[in-house]
Amino acid sequence: MELCDKTIHDLSGMLAKKEIQPSEIMKSALSRMEKTGEFASFIKTFPEEAMKCAGEQDKKALKGSLSGIPVAIKDNMCIEGKGTTCASHILEGFTAPYTATAVQKLLDEGAIVIGKTNMDEFAMGSSTETSFFGNTLNPWNKDTVPGGSSGGSATSVALGEAAGSLGSDTGGSIRQPASLCGLVGLKPTYGRVSRYGLVAFASSLDQIGPFAKDVEDAAILLKAISGYDAKDSTSVNAEVPDYPSQIKNGIKGLRIGVPREYFLEGIDNEVEACVRKAIKDLENCGAEIRDVSLPRTEYAVATYYIIATAEASSNLARYDGVHYGLREKAGNIIDLYKKTRSAGFGDEVKRRIILGTYVLSSGYYDAYYLKAQKVRTLIKEDFSKAFGEVDVIVTPTSPTTAWKIGEKTDDPLKMYLSDIYTISANLAGIPAVSLNCGFSAGLPVGLQLQAAHFNEAVLLRTAYAFEQMNDYHKKRAFSETAENQVKYY
Amino acid sequence: MEYEIVIGLEVHVQLNTLSKMFCGCSTKFGAEPNTQTCPVCLGLPGVLPVMNEEAIRLAVKTGMAFGCRVSNFCKFDRKNYYYPDLPKNYQISQYDKPLNMGGSVPIRIDGQKKAIKLTRIHLEEDAGKLVHDVCGGSGVDLNRTGLPLMEIVSEPDIHSPDEAYAYLVSLKQGLRYLGVSDCNMEEGSLRCDANISIRPKGTSRLGTKTEIKNLNSFANVKKSLEYEAKRQEKAIGNGERIIQETRLWDAAKEKTISMRSKEEAHDYRYFPEPDLVPVILEDEYFKKVSGEIPEMPDVRYERFIEEYKLSGYDAGVMTSDKDLADFFEETSKQGADPKKVANWVMGDFLKEINTAKISICDARVKPSALAMLIKLIDKGTISGKIAKDVFAEMFASGKNPEDIIKEKGIVQISDEKEIEAVIKDVLKNNPKVVEDYKSGKKSASGFIVGLVMKASKGKANPKLVNELLQKKLDEL
Amino acid sequence: MKVDKKLVEYLANLSRLEFDDTKLEEITAQLKGIVKYVEKLNTLDTGDVAPTAHILPLKNVFRKDEVTPSINRDKIFKSSPESDNGYFIVPRVIEE
Repeated sequence: MELCDKTIHDLSGMLAKKEIQPSEIMKSALSRMEKTGEFASFIKTFPEEAMKCAGEQDKKALKGSLSGIPVAIKDNMCIEGKGTTCASHILEGFTAPYTATAVQKLLDEGAIVIGKTNMDEFAMGSSTETSFFGNTLNPWNKDTVPGGSSGGSATSVALGEAAGSLGSDTGGSIRQPASLCGLVGLKPTYGRVSRYGLVAFASSLDQIGPFAKDVEDAAILLKAISGYDAKDSTSVNAEVPDYPSQIKNGIKGLRIGVPREYFLEGIDNEVEACVRKAIKDLENCGAEIRDVSLPRTEYAVATYYIIATAEASSNLARYDGVHYGLREKAGNIIDLYKKTRSAGFGDEVKRRIILGTYVLSSGYYDAYYLKAQKVRTLIKEDFSKAFGEVDVIVTPTSPTTAWKIGEKTDDPLKMYLSDIYTISANLAGIPAVSLNCGFSAGLPVGLQLQAAHFNEAVLLRTAYAFEQMNDYHKKRAFSETAENQVKYY
Repeated sequence: MEYEIVIGLEVHVQLNTLSKMFCGCSTKFGAEPNTQTCPVCLGLPGVLPVMNEEAIRLAVKTGMAFGCRVSNFCKFDRKNYYYPDLPKNYQISQYDKPLNMGGSVPIRIDGQKKAIKLTRIHLEEDAGKLVHDVCGGSGVDLNRTGLPLMEIVSEPDIHSPDEAYAYLVSLKQGLRYLGVSDCNMEEGSLRCDANISIRPKGTSRLGTKTEIKNLNSFANVKKSLEYEAKRQEKAIGNGERIIQETRLWDAAKEKTISMRSKEEAHDYRYFPEPDLVPVILEDEYFKKVSGEIPEMPDVRYERFIEEYKLSGYDAGVMTSDKDLADFFEETSKQGADPKKVANWVMGDFLKEINTAKISICDARVKPSALAMLIKLIDKGTISGKIAKDVFAEMFASGKNPEDIIKEKGIVQISDEKEIEAVIKDVLKNNPKVVEDYKSGKKSASGFIVGLVMKASKGKANPKLVNELLQKKLDEL
Repeated sequence: MKVDKKLVEYLANLSRLEFDDTKLEEITAQLKGIVKYVEKLNTLDTGDVAPTAHILPLKNVFRKDEVTPSINRDKIFKSSPESDNGYFIVPRVIEE
């Protein structure tokens, strides 16, 4: 096994024992990157800078929890001196003059950024097909999508280019690609991680979170990025638990709920079978499985698309060609706006801006936006009630495994409905994690666990207990040697 | 037909904070363009606003002082519109839950008291500034972007341009008393838009209003309203219909001009600002802020009349500025006659302040010194005329009047013998005038007094000079 | 509520976007579909439900009124399409 295929906790252990040096890890990651270019995980990479940084770490005593670890960052988070494109033409030429808090926290722990990853334009999409820079391929099957919007952050870890990565999750944009790429992907509680420096899509839903090869790595990354930030008024001033040390406590007696509304129409049979089996495994770990109901689930997608697009229509107004980024020539200011925005944004972004403008516009606000905010309250109440009965809610992450590239690009509504299982957690602001629970036709199936606000520790503990029951997390999508090309499924 | 004018004013004032509303950039006026900016106020991708607590405090203080219903729950909303001085293309403002509702601003017009009702006072961030004809286009300066503003909206409760003027003066005085804003129109820390309509006297339905913008002084507000009222009256008289529109005040031509270019319907798509959490204020907070509110100018005005027996005019001038009122009151409390204090303050004191272009607090003359000067005049130690010179010296050096008098040896001569000697000399040297007097030209005595004062270099006690001279002349 | 080309044109203008006729037709059709879908919310009775603007009950998050250093404007102008003399430059804007 190459170093770049190892987990962060394995690498950190080897570094601590001085068996390897940061530059060896970096060499392995960069050499992998050279072989996996066709998957297009990255919009921009920084190999020389990363190598230099690793070389400097060779000479130093390593103190951070992520020293020497190559990480990838979704290209909607700012890093000082680097471009931030959000996979959009409109941010062409923009260089960030500051660093996002979550990224800074990784850097403070010694992590080395190797590149900015591909994504759906402004995180709007579920397949990483709306990127201005072209689509990213699923490491398990090149004909399929990696999921989205944080597709590149998922594939970079699945391919061994990065040991861990950061994505952002507004309606499932971490968990769904984690599911489709066979990774652990976690969306923290809204307010757990600072959004400062994350380019806003839907401010009341966005949250940064990690992609990792296994649960322990996810715990390490989550701990590193969590915490209050005075620059984000919506970040919460609450103590950050030592997640890695709490994952192994077992789940005996834990109450796990299965919401009946998540197993109705639209779910793929094999996906359902994998998830049902996983629920059995959790029961075998000592958890108590219960039925729960989240009756307003069927309204989540509609609620989400109203709230998310409304906020997006306002958040994306600043990309206008005046102060930074792309500008199309025009004789007057209104034409400058229109030409720049029309040339700079892709179709999906425009579609959502139009929808978001509609639901906020005079005469329609009460019927759509205010209504959606009220339904959001009901969805939140569903979860509050359920978490009165159970500690964790288990569901599939995505109704299907990865689909063929191009399959859903013509039908926006069909694409939106692929987020049906992940959207509620954003609306309710609760933490949720996806992890691999098997394969269907060679493609990973994701299991989603959700918990009450700030209960990331119990999510990780449950996920870890499940992980110990199987070896899905040990499988790698990409292998450099012929004999290893045979995959486990 | 006789018409009634109906005016409502929208006043924007910049709050007196050191840093901007949602970021730490300085609020200092006059910096080089775009040097007081940061990622947050530039609206760069990924930034978030964080509320300046001082802006909230100042706005609460204002609301309490003007008798508003100050909400204990306050939230912010986004007002969406595109303009190059607004880098996010939305303005963080308050829509349906403004911090302050109701309240009023007291005015006095033709000796009558009236309270102009307020609709609301809300908080919002300022936009930037456009400078024209830079490089063949417009230049955008974002130093002002994100400055904390209060928008103070009056009810259509103002019924003449004079009332509008009085409202603005009173509002500005109040805000300055509170220390919440400099209210400096030249620096843009106070701006005003006016809505005006007319209706037949005695009717209650509001006429179609026009909004006047580009008003850069209170005088121009008044003039523009006078112009616009006449224009509307004339238009209606000619059977025309008033169009609801924005009109620009052209101060040079002294007329309002229609701004047809901007007739695009507005749809601001307000919605709650997701990046800011609500402000919920407790009783304790209100109690604390209430304790910081000074006696407001209209209350002080009445008290000055009552307590110091000032005329309405004097009380008005004395209370027009808090520091001035404090200066007056402090001086009077030191035992000087209030009426005389008011005269000194309105006269030499303000004249020197204005010439030196300094603030009242920076004046080197302290209340105790002015009180001493007035008492010296009362005692006859110096004449009122000399006192003026002494005051100028006090203002320049900060010395107290007794020291100045001692140093310059300008104590008034009140010694009868000394004065008599001077009179004797003067009469001897001016026989012609004495003859005039004797031949019945009584006014000649005044001329002689002047000669005596001159001979004594102004030091002679004028009262004594008069007495003694008269005695002498009677003896002739 | 009627979604038609005229409405989409109005929304496009509000959001400073422009579409050619083919795109306008396409977006109108898509918006119709999405709006029809989201109108399923109308089947829920939300009469006395309070709207959720913030998912967590946070309040009173303030910053002290202290000046922090501003950014060097040249750093910003590097990313700017047009700047001169310390200003961002845009086509001449006729004063409101």
